[in-house]
Amino acid sequence: MASTDYRKREESITISSEPSGEGETHELLTLNIGPHHPATHGVLRLLATLEGEIVRDIKPIIGYVHTGIEKTAEDKAYWKAIPVMERMDYLAYYFNAMAFCGAVETLLGAEVPPRAQYLRVIHLELNRIMSHLVWLGTSALDIGAMSMFWYCFRERETILDLFEYSSGQRMHTRYIQVGGVFADIPRGFEAKLRRFIAEMPGRADQYADLLEKNQIVVQRLRGTGVVDHQTLLELGVTGPLLRAAGNPWDLRKAHPYSSYDHFDFKIPIGTVGDNYDRFRVRHAELYESVKIIEQALDGLPEGPYITTDRKVALPPRHELATSMEALIHHFKLVTEGFRVPPGECYYPIEGPRGEYGCFVRADGSAKPARVHMRDPSFVNLQALAPMVRDGYIADLIATLAMLDPILGGIDR
Amino acid sequence: MEIKREPISDFRVRQLRARDLLRGDLEGEDLERYVEERVLTTTVDKAVAWAQGNSIYPLTFGLACCAIEMMSIVGSRLDIARFGFEAFRGSPRQADLIILSGRVSIKMAPIIRRIWDQMLEPKWAISMGACCSSTGVFNNYALVPADKFMPVEVHVPGCPPRPEALAHGILKLRDKVQGRPQGKWRDRYEARGTEEIVPYNPSDDATGVNVFGSGDTAGA
Repeated sequence: MASTDYRKREESITISSEPSGEGETHELLTLNIGPHHPATHGVLRLLATLEGEIVRDIKPIIGYVHTGIEKTAEDKAYWKAIPVMERMDYLAYYFNAMAFCGAVETLLGAEVPPRAQYLRVIHLELNRIMSHLVWLGTSALDIGAMSMFWYCFRERETILDLFEYSSGQRMHTRYIQVGGVFADIPRGFEAKLRRFIAEMPGRADQYADLLEKNQIVVQRLRGTGVVDHQTLLELGVTGPLLRAAGNPWDLRKAHPYSSYDHFDFKIPIGTVGDNYDRFRVRHAELYESVKIIEQALDGLPEGPYITTDRKVALPPRHELATSMEALIHHFKLVTEGFRVPPGECYYPIEGPRGEYGCFVRADGSAKPARVHMRDPSFVNLQALAPMVRDGYIADLIATLAMLDPILGGIDR
Repeated sequence: MEIKREPISDFRVRQLRARDLLRGDLEGEDLERYVEERVLTTTVDKAVAWAQGNSIYPLTFGLACCAIEMMSIVGSRLDIARFGFEAFRGSPRQADLIILSGRVSIKMAPIIRRIWDQMLEPKWAISMGACCSSTGVFNNYALVPADKFMPVEVHVPGCPPRPEALAHGILKLRDKVQGRPQGKWRDRYEARGTEEIVPYNPSDDATGVNVFGSGDTAGA
């Protein structure tokens, strides 16, 4: 069997405990971490070159959860591709769906009603809080703070209850769809959400009390993994990592979408760009997200929750019994889906890890010709080497935790 | 005036008889009856299976979306510690149960198989979610269902399954472990003869056979 180019590259990676050269003081050692390792946040594999306890080089090897989602999406009608798109970055499913639907809406020229935009914002920000909570719980676990996990997952369950209430699923909700959202929020959702946003800032205060006053956490985070924002920009890093280095780049402010310009919120930024700043920036974002949700809930406009364009969105159930036209639209949408005029679109949004940008190329049929997701985890992972180089291997674990990579998004 | 006394309760009677036993006052028939009433007889196998089923250590092994839901069974709402499953182990040598939580790509499958082979008997596997049971919504070139390369005890459906569903699957596994003790997986699945390395037996002329041929794991 002829060896493919990929297979040759795969086999060229050697792992041996033999020293691979001489360092300044010690001989170099190649250490394999992963793909099954509790601290790699998934199935990331790292080849670290160590000199004593110092990391001299690191090589991430990815592809262990490659799912072929982009290719699968090409084989599905636009509105049936949303569920597979959501499963890319599995902690930011609303963001994946939002980027994809935003791109398709731009190509269609579809108008999203204001109520749908506000409902999207509410769910996106809840998702951001949820993602940061999972990050905080697991990262704290990596650096030895066991109990944070239980506190963070307690609040996460509350958020997932809200997701389940509005869409019927805890994860991969397919709530956001082309032209609006799947359904209006049910009765009682607002009261539950208000209760949550009333208690969330207090909970976030508790996290800060637990971690910031902990000498071990502070010593492991402060001054480790420092990279300046210029280097990060060159590597294409976005999101909390870039903001922690002092660059206030946030697409919600820089390029507002889904009526983010209606809300008053701040962009937390760091000063040094070390792991501690990354922790502080994400932690501060919890409060800002709560503020956005509160404003969106207060100013929630009345009106339809999905576009009334019957060529794009399914007609309401009651119309099917009375209107022949609605029945035809329903039939066309369910069997074939809507057609999108030929064109290309890149739609970036600000997710919990940075810029989620969906590129969609339409060829006039009911299926996308090409779908690509610019996933922030993938791009941010490039910054791992400059962050951990010439640091201790213990700092590598802390840095990787603060980098917050999601392997489902990296490999897709 | 008569003093009313409570009738001696069964509990009190048992208590007094236990005291007599400890003092060594029970003899002959009384002693035999006492022992018959109180001692539960069972086989060692059943006792071990009961203990095994209630203290399974899962492997800290997350693949994709389902891994997040797998983590939340440890959380305070479901608290799988009630059933003795909370001690997640990082090393396959210390784990009894591998929960395949998420999609298994072709690149990952040999690694999972190696981790499974590294685990010590008795060991069990749960396939969590649609992806690793049937490749789920994707069903494309990149994924492989878990049954293709390792034996799976319990399949938990869902995309991803709720934590309650996984807990249900774990309890089903507990029933299975307690119901059929001492089964190694090759015994459970009648899969003897599929060992990749057959232990060398000098009395046999036949040497070890790799049933799949060297390097070929198709259909493994």
